[in-house]
Amino acid sequence: MAIELPDNVMVSKLDQLASWCRKNSLWPMPFATACCGIELMATGASRHDLARFGAEVFRFSPRQCDLMIVAGRVVMKMLPVLQRIWQQMHEPKWCISMGACASTGGVFDTYAVVQGIDRFIPVDMYVPGCPPRPEQLIQAIIDLQDKIQNEGTILGQEFDMASRQQPKRALVELPVLGQSPTFVRPPLEVRR
Amino acid sequence: MITGRAVDALTARFPGVQSDEFRGQARVVVHPDSLHDVLAFLRDEHQFQLLIDITCVDYLHYRDATDRYGLVYLLATLEQGARVTVRTWLNDPDPVIATVTDLWSGADWLEREVWDMFGIVFVGHPDLRRILLPDQFTSHPLRKDYPLQGRGERHNFTAIRRGEA
Amino acid sequence: MPLTIASAESAHQDERDYLWTLNFGPQHPATHTTLRLVLKLDGERVVDAVPDIGYLHSGFEKIGEHLDYNQYVTVTDRMNYISPMANNVAWHGAVEQLMGIELTRRCQYIRVIISELARISDHLLCVGAMGLDTGAFTFFLYGFYQRERIYDIFESLCGARFTNSYTRVGGVMHDMTPLTIQKIRDFLHDFPKTLDDMERLLNRNRIFVDRTKDVGVLTRDEAIQRCTSGPIARASGVTRDLRKDEPYLAYADFDFRVCCAQAGDCFARYYVRMAEMHESLKILQQAIENLPAGPVNVGIDERAHLPDKSQVYQTIEGTITHFEMVMNNRGIKVPSDEAYGAVEAPNGELGFYVVGDGSDVAYRARCRPPSFIHFATFPHLIRGHTLSDVVAVLGSLNIIAAELDR
Repeated sequence: MAIELPDNVMVSKLDQLASWCRKNSLWPMPFATACCGIELMATGASRHDLARFGAEVFRFSPRQCDLMIVAGRVVMKMLPVLQRIWQQMHEPKWCISMGACASTGGVFDTYAVVQGIDRFIPVDMYVPGCPPRPEQLIQAIIDLQDKIQNEGTILGQEFDMASRQQPKRALVELPVLGQSPTFVRPPLEVRR
Repeated sequence: MITGRAVDALTARFPGVQSDEFRGQARVVVHPDSLHDVLAFLRDEHQFQLLIDITCVDYLHYRDATDRYGLVYLLATLEQGARVTVRTWLNDPDPVIATVTDLWSGADWLEREVWDMFGIVFVGHPDLRRILLPDQFTSHPLRKDYPLQGRGERHNFTAIRRGEA
Repeated sequence: MPLTIASAESAHQDERDYLWTLNFGPQHPATHTTLRLVLKLDGERVVDAVPDIGYLHSGFEKIGEHLDYNQYVTVTDRMNYISPMANNVAWHGAVEQLMGIELTRRCQYIRVIISELARISDHLLCVGAMGLDTGAFTFFLYGFYQRERIYDIFESLCGARFTNSYTRVGGVMHDMTPLTIQKIRDFLHDFPKTLDDMERLLNRNRIFVDRTKDVGVLTRDEAIQRCTSGPIARASGVTRDLRKDEPYLAYADFDFRVCCAQAGDCFARYYVRMAEMHESLKILQQAIENLPAGPVNVGIDERAHLPDKSQVYQTIEGTITHFEMVMNNRGIKVPSDEAYGAVEAPNGELGFYVVGDGSDVAYRARCRPPSFIHFATFPHLIRGHTLSDVVAVLGSLNIIAAELDR
């Protein structure tokens, strides 16, 4: 026999409730380095107006944000900065890699440009294009919201999946600069 | 006209200066030792008050090239739109040249960039260190013997995984 | 990798205990993109500033030695990405200088039109961001809306919003359509009103004027000493403008003024940019009304540009030229020599020093970046001002990191 509930009471799972709250209050951290940053600005400006999709609160302090949008190429001098800012953000946090350069290095297959930030930090959503149009970025944010709603748990167990843990591709290039190889991964430890 | 006069005066004043013209651009080639004097002469006596650019070309793989580095100084006048290109050749064991930061303080960063990219040493420069690349970098990437993709410097970092904060 | 500057400490021996050091950037909203300053502060007063750049150095010049003359235009788009058309024109202007190609009249006019549109969009973002940093958000939104209009024009012209890659050696990608011309006409009709609104918002705004007047003064002698060009130099009283002094393309045909100021402070730089937009509008008006008819690309005997499709299909010379242009070992013939070509980009003199070696790939593609040279003046400009003036000075210099670092 069903329990009689008043009209203004709904039943849900706690996980879904938490995900629903999280997905609709994404605070982006614009890590804009190059051309894609201009499209990021255009996305936030008058015509495209990201506020319609609940992710318009751009904050420049990583402590306040939970979505990092890496817009533009990341070069080797910038990568430690990127990593430090990523580490300063609080969990749960997500990362959108906007544009070809951030995702793969794009046309810049040169000595200085990191060939895809996903080698060094975890990435949740890739936006193709050079630069992507604002509509594409908006679509990526909507997709990320879907992903958070469908996969999210209140304890963040989805982040423990093996595919989310490891950098996505083989690290083939050897390090130099007279240092010992720094690609030795620390052993996987089990959280909780 | 200004350029022609300046080039004539230059060849009269400094022996060994070669001049030619290509597509309407006057160019002179000077000896590295007299470069500073030539630039000072052009600036003070022939109105070429503006230093446009300092750059370098590595002629390692260039056909029929006899010298390795060609240093290029572009000068212009303020008003009449006259320009002159001053070039000089340097070679490998010690590519060294006198700085022009005492003539133009704007040459500071331009010379640092040439040092960073080609390893040309500017004697007398107040602060000659790398400008675009990290201090730990060991090569000069715009030299022709440096590969386009680099030697792996770009991926010499530790990856961060989820949960490491 | 440690985030320190090698000689920032040793460079200043007179350091006293009460001075403290503030790191500004490389990730900071007011740096616009990626640049870093290490500021020495005495209370709120900036005693010294040490810029640290290279956080976006991506090897543009190295990649220029591996892409051919038409491919490299895509990379120049990403150089000063708020006015890519000006970079396209500068790059191919330099290549054509090296090859000795004379463009058709229509092509010259089209390039003037796109350069001036790029100038307006660059200045709009520069003054808009400067307003934003000093607290005028409405001004920024007004400017950005008009930039979207310019993006629409570029989109109908070549399909991309702002990484256009529109020029080619000896011509442009394809001709300007009547739709584009109509869009430019509409823009020319609407934009002056917005520009007047923007001027009314800031020109006599007490807060803005107080924050920019007499801040970051660059005297005329210093401007020459420090190799500046473009609006920065013109705001300091240097009257040099390549469009007037060495008229390239079709600039000799147009009636416009070179906008200068005497003060050399941030407000003068803002004001010169606003005035230049009016002059750009004048040039655009004249260029659109007098756009010559005729072919847009150079003829097939120049061997520089892919011939027109009608020629390829109907004449044997056209077919042969087309094949030779796309063959690996033929392509464009560039002399083994070097040349420098420059244009008056929105930010200053943007030039390319191109060394050809006979192949269709440049042996060296040196870019003379105005931002790089202007940013070198920054420590001189900020010394003695307060911390809040840093953003005003940075905004007035219009530093674009991708052009700064390449």
